[in-house]
Amino acid sequence: MTKDITLDHVSVSFGDYTAVDDAHLTIAGGEFFSFLGPSGCGKTTLLRCISGFQEPSWGEVRIGGKNMAGVGPNKRPTALIFQNLALFPLMSVADNIAFPLEVRGIDRKARRKRADELLELIALPGQGDKKVGELSGGQKQRVAIARALAVEPDILLLDEPLSALDLKLRQHMRRELRAIQQQVGLTFIYITHDQGEALTMSDRVAVMSRGKVEQVADPRTVYDQPASSFVASFVGENNALPGKVLESGDGRMVIDIGLAAPVTVAAGKGRGRKLKVGEACHVFVRPESVAINGDGDINRFNATVIREEFEGQVRHLIVKSGETELRVTQVGYGNGASGTGASVAMSFAPELAVPLPIGHLASA
Amino acid sequence: MREIGRFFSGFANRNGLPVAIYLLVAVSTWIFVLVILPQLTMFDFSFRHNLPPPKIGGPEDVHTLEQYRYFVMGNEITGGGVNTLDIAVLFKTLVAAVFVTIIDLAICYPVAYLLAQSSEGSAKRLLVLALIVPFWVNEILRAFAFRILFGATGVINGAGMQLGLWDAPIDFIGGNVALYAGLAYAYILLMIFPLYNAIESLDRNQIEAARDMGASWAQVHRRVVIPYAKPGIASGSTMVFMLTAGALAAPQILGGPSSLWFTQIIYQWFNSGGNWPRGSAYAVILLAICIMFVLLIMRVFKVSIGEIGR
Ligand SMILES: Nc1ncnc2c1ncn2[C@@H]1O[C@H](COP(=O)(O)OP(=O)(O)OP(=O)(O)O)[C@@H](O)[C@H]1O
Ligand SMILES: [Mg+2]
Repeated sequence: MTKDITLDHVSVSFGDYTAVDDAHLTIAGGEFFSFLGPSGCGKTTLLRCISGFQEPSWGEVRIGGKNMAGVGPNKRPTALIFQNLALFPLMSVADNIAFPLEVRGIDRKARRKRADELLELIALPGQGDKKVGELSGGQKQRVAIARALAVEPDILLLDEPLSALDLKLRQHMRRELRAIQQQVGLTFIYITHDQGEALTMSDRVAVMSRGKVEQVADPRTVYDQPASSFVASFVGENNALPGKVLESGDGRMVIDIGLAAPVTVAAGKGRGRKLKVGEACHVFVRPESVAINGDGDINRFNATVIREEFEGQVRHLIVKSGETELRVTQVGYGNGASGTGASVAMSFAPELAVPLPIGHLASA
Repeated sequence: MREIGRFFSGFANRNGLPVAIYLLVAVSTWIFVLVILPQLTMFDFSFRHNLPPPKIGGPEDVHTLEQYRYFVMGNEITGGGVNTLDIAVLFKTLVAAVFVTIIDLAICYPVAYLLAQSSEGSAKRLLVLALIVPFWVNEILRAFAFRILFGATGVINGAGMQLGLWDAPIDFIGGNVALYAGLAYAYILLMIFPLYNAIESLDRNQIEAARDMGASWAQVHRRVVIPYAKPGIASGSTMVFMLTAGALAAPQILGGPSSLWFTQIIYQWFNSGGNWPRGSAYAVILLAICIMFVLLIMRVFKVSIGEIGR
């Protein structure tokens, strides 16, 4: 019943501009799959290829094994939730939800019944006769979801549906979306530029940059084992330390990143890439992977605190060692070491550093 | 009235008193001197007897319903009873105006939709220009051009016969084809622009959302675009209807020998008939009937008068 979606080397060009560059991946039926990337990286364009509003310039889109070329958006088993929701302002909430049924010629009573069921599902029972304009942002959101679910599509496509909501509501809707997805068991293809959203909700994430899919993996892998320097710098916070490989061999590499001594990092084994001696690279170290005044011997160096940012449950320290600046995050008050100008000993484990070849970084 | 007062004081604060006074004087001159006063005079005229100039203002110059009675009942010469002749002409004029309005709507809706929703930037400006420029040609010239176009030896008959579609010239003038074409063309812009304005502000995503949910193009238009464009449709249709019903030059020039437009009767009373009170009464009747008709239709389609102003 559930249908896989395959993007087979899909590219989309607008004139000289390539909005989607050779996307090649398969989304399993029933999966919650997210496309994550900065604004303008081609997410919406890719989604429009799946929903049928955009024909790929090259490659093909297959749904359940069937090539979708020439199949109009009204003939595909997909339902799209637009970035701005696109509810019909002149219709009541129930008429909005029942619209897909109406255009299929289902009679008024059956439509009303289904609309009431769906209102139940989205926790808005009895609100069918309201005008769309009378709903709050979060309620509109849920109505848009109900409308998309009305004809039981196989695949729900969501284009940054939460971006207009405030933080609290967004977090609430994340949980709710995930719950609805598990309840109805559909494939969700979710677009967002918010990594928190992608990581918390998805089974798998595709990270995109400049039209290219840089990595497809589950959220943990994307976070812990980024495949490219863009992914490493875009997903979560990361220290990107430019360096040069000094030694490379049996599972270890020694890299000069401008600290007093070169650092040792694990090579291969999923984390980062094995690099050649002399190659320029970036070493990525997460702010939470750096220990302050810890007892590690390897990769230990002294640094001076130059700034402190307090954020409630966590504290960020910006430290400097030689010419290298690092961002370090501590939960609570960590190991003392505080106050601008304080001198601290830092260390990080070789397995927690990710060496990757030089590539473009996410702009802050 | 309060709203207008508030608007005026706000306007005065923003633009200074002299500008505000100019606006007030200009607008009230326009409305009172150029719109209300002449209409009131005509209205008053329509309730008087047709008297020779010396008697005007004399004892016989009193108000009367005679002119309206004539429209309904006729007189001895027309055979007494009901004045079927003039009433029939009025009715025919209204039907024809409705017909022209529908033709214009049918032609303009797709054009306005395509213009508003699909074409872009410079191409759009060029298209709009191509629509406007032909209207620099004056009405009389355009009407005669249509007469030549549709005449027995005109381009259309010529081409049709050359291609062997028909072998004797078709009487487009007598059949009023030329008249309807001329009228429909004359007011086409008044239909296109309100429609265009209404449709242009419709969010493209709504159309795509409807498509995505399985709606055919017909359903998209019926359920999404047309309800949204309803105020534009209403204001365009009202203008075309009113102006068509009140047109004079086109029926004069393009009408067939047997067709008479109600405005032509009015014109005759003013002109050759020399009966201004009766002409005024007929003009008032035309206006009143048209307004009532429009209000009725708006009620049927559930459009409020306020929406037309948008
Ligand atoms: N119809 C089009 N014609 C020309 N260029 C287009 C068209 N649609 C999109 N683009 C370009 O393609 C690029 C990707 O657009 P897209 O809408 O897919 O980005 P996005 O990742 O969804 O961004 P956002 O997060 O801001 O919504 C943009 O640079 C955009 O200008
Ligand atoms: Mg987008």
